[in-house]
Amino acid sequence: MIQESKLGLDFNKVARARQSAGSIAGEVQNFVATYTTVAVERTLCRLLGIDGVDSNDVPLPNVVVDHLRSKGLLGEGAMFYTGNAMVETGLTPQQIAEEIAHERLDLTRLPVHPAERIQQALQPFIDDSLARIRGNRQRREDYIKTLGEGAKPYIYVIVATGNIYEDVVQAQAAARQGADIIAVIRTTGQSLLDYVPYGATTEGFGGTYATQENFRIMRKALDDVSVEVGRYIRLCNYCSGLCMPEIAVMGALEGLDVMLNDALYGILFRDINMQRTMIDQYFSRVINGFAGVIINTGEDNYLTTADAYEEARTVLASDLINEQLALLAGIPEEQMGLGHAFEMNPEMENGFLYELAQAQMTREIFPNAPLKYMPPTKFMTGNIFRGQIQDALFNQISIWTGQGIQLLGMITEAVHTPFMSDRYLAIENARYIFSNMKDIGNEMEFKQDGIVRNRARQVLDEALEILGRINGEGLFSALEKGMFGDVKRSRKGGKGLDGVVEKGSNYLNPFIDLMKGGTR
Amino acid sequence: MSGGLYSMERNDFDQTLDLTKIKPYGDTMNDGKAQISFTLPVPCNDEAIEAAKLLMKKMGFDNPQVVFYKELTPGFTFFNCYGSTVHSVDYTSIHVPKVDSTIWDMEETDRFIRENIGRKIVVVGASTGTDAHTVGIDAIMNMKGYAGHYGLERYDMFEAYNMGSQVPNEEFIAKAIELGADTLLVSQTVTQKDVHIQNLTELVEMLEAENLRSKVILICGGPRISHELAKELGYDAGFSMNSYANHVASYIAQELDRRTNGKN
Repeated sequence: MIQESKLGLDFNKVARARQSAGSIAGEVQNFVATYTTVAVERTLCRLLGIDGVDSNDVPLPNVVVDHLRSKGLLGEGAMFYTGNAMVETGLTPQQIAEEIAHERLDLTRLPVHPAERIQQALQPFIDDSLARIRGNRQRREDYIKTLGEGAKPYIYVIVATGNIYEDVVQAQAAARQGADIIAVIRTTGQSLLDYVPYGATTEGFGGTYATQENFRIMRKALDDVSVEVGRYIRLCNYCSGLCMPEIAVMGALEGLDVMLNDALYGILFRDINMQRTMIDQYFSRVINGFAGVIINTGEDNYLTTADAYEEARTVLASDLINEQLALLAGIPEEQMGLGHAFEMNPEMENGFLYELAQAQMTREIFPNAPLKYMPPTKFMTGNIFRGQIQDALFNQISIWTGQGIQLLGMITEAVHTPFMSDRYLAIENARYIFSNMKDIGNEMEFKQDGIVRNRARQVLDEALEILGRINGEGLFSALEKGMFGDVKRSRKGGKGLDGVVEKGSNYLNPFIDLMKGGTR
Repeated sequence: MSGGLYSMERNDFDQTLDLTKIKPYGDTMNDGKAQISFTLPVPCNDEAIEAAKLLMKKMGFDNPQVVFYKELTPGFTFFNCYGSTVHSVDYTSIHVPKVDSTIWDMEETDRFIRENIGRKIVVVGASTGTDAHTVGIDAIMNMKGYAGHYGLERYDMFEAYNMGSQVPNEEFIAKAIELGADTLLVSQTVTQKDVHIQNLTELVEMLEAENLRSKVILICGGPRISHELAKELGYDAGFSMNSYANHVASYIAQELDRRTNGKN
């Protein structure tokens, strides 16, 4: 395919960068394939239909996994032991989990049955989960076919009241005002919980707990408002932290559409152990890919800790690595919301042109990805009037360069979680610019050897160089050296390493092949 | 998410909507949140910020927060602030007088006049007194209209005369007599020192002296005019912001029908 570049990009260099990124991702994958984690095993429990909590409010998937872990046998996997217990007792996975919760059953003391019989017992439950997720995917596609959807860039806003019912009011208001994607931001600290809370919640701080019931409540509310406004409204949540694959499966079961899904973000900004979260990420992406969920990566965050002009290269390098990791998990390009951001210092002369170069370059390097473009946050000051202009410039670049998902900036960034009125003003700003400047990208060309073309060339060259270096030493080692966002993390440090185990000889996870296989 | 500061306040107030005690809504029922910007005539320092907070408290805001400040010129500091108001209003006891008519579009209005009045309605309009602004009267009367609403000149069943701006009340009345106006439209944009009140009052007094007041439908309009104020000053109706030609036209048609055909 010969691609036209408005920037005069050298696509041979892009191909070389992609090759390096592919080899970096492949090495990570070799490591990931031989391990499992408590989060992956809890996810498998959920895929077998295990749900609910015990008398101490401990989720039953945790009960089962902790039971195996306490015996030192987690490496054989929850599916093997649950399947074996099904053959032995004739109970369902849910009943088995309840028996464990009541301390009436020890999975590790049952006689071991033949692999084929275990497989046979598990099969109907595997089929049920796959059918339900497939059904949700179909439901989304049907809605889009009958109702339609907003034009790209999709307008993405967050709600964050802490109370799922108040979130519904805000989300429906935003949809009526023109939003296409509603993200329910999570309560502070949820990413560090090694379990997922249960039921509808009204008591979050700075956000609302991600629970399966909250997902269901919000998806229902958005279905209603989608019909009302005649446009399918997508729901987004956060598939990061210590429960990546669990949140992915809960989202898949409840028909969520978009998921933040980036291990690098967790490593750098939540100090989650890199080995743990890379293993978790792989299965979470397999699920998201199968469920038709658009993932969003978190490269924008590098720019909040490091200088956006200097680190533009790291964003591109990371996008390329994230693309390769996503491909390995079976995510098609159309579901890759690779991230970048408008975060250069507004005092910088010609800053708009550098942002334009970055956005156009990212567009051309990932032509099929619904790129996720993040708004100014670092230089938002509380001067809401200037903030509205910063957000307007950000919106102009997005429509000019054809971004996929526009996370709208809020004038009250750095002040408070958005008021209903803040969101309204942001949506009005974006809609005005998206309409008024709709075809500017088709009309404008970039001058030969001008600022924009030179800047894009420079960033690509630098990213190529970085990827070469990372490829030499491996991603984990690059993270230890602080190559992303100026943050250094140790391979054995951070949270969650104790939840990683090597897979044993009986280990089972048929979902990976089934979900990555052709029968979607 | 790289999203700024979180609101970490506990929501320990009653979150049920009570229409007898409504408050601003930020993101939670009854949170009372409002955004306020102002400038204080003092240099930018800690005392200035404290002064801004104290002023917010006097205005009735709990938990005042100064989120941005900037000295605009020596001795003047600008503030962006947020707070939760302690005040509320009883929404159920509010009565706002409104123009009592059904709003139609141009075709419906023309049809109604054709069928019920049977002739064109004569309207004379002007921006009267010293007011030089024609934007208001033009929006209602000009062929092109405003924001997609055609003006009275485009209506088949209106004979519309737009006298423009700075028309003395005497001339306005003389023209109304000459044309046999059914309706007078007065636009007032400038409201400094209540000049519009004096001017509008003068017109009513002059019409009464000429014994014309009850013979015409007398209407005023402008961004600071309300129907309530118009009634108080002796007008039949007042139109404010977000009123268009079709609002005025359908009111005139219905009011004239009431008067000539004795309907109520």
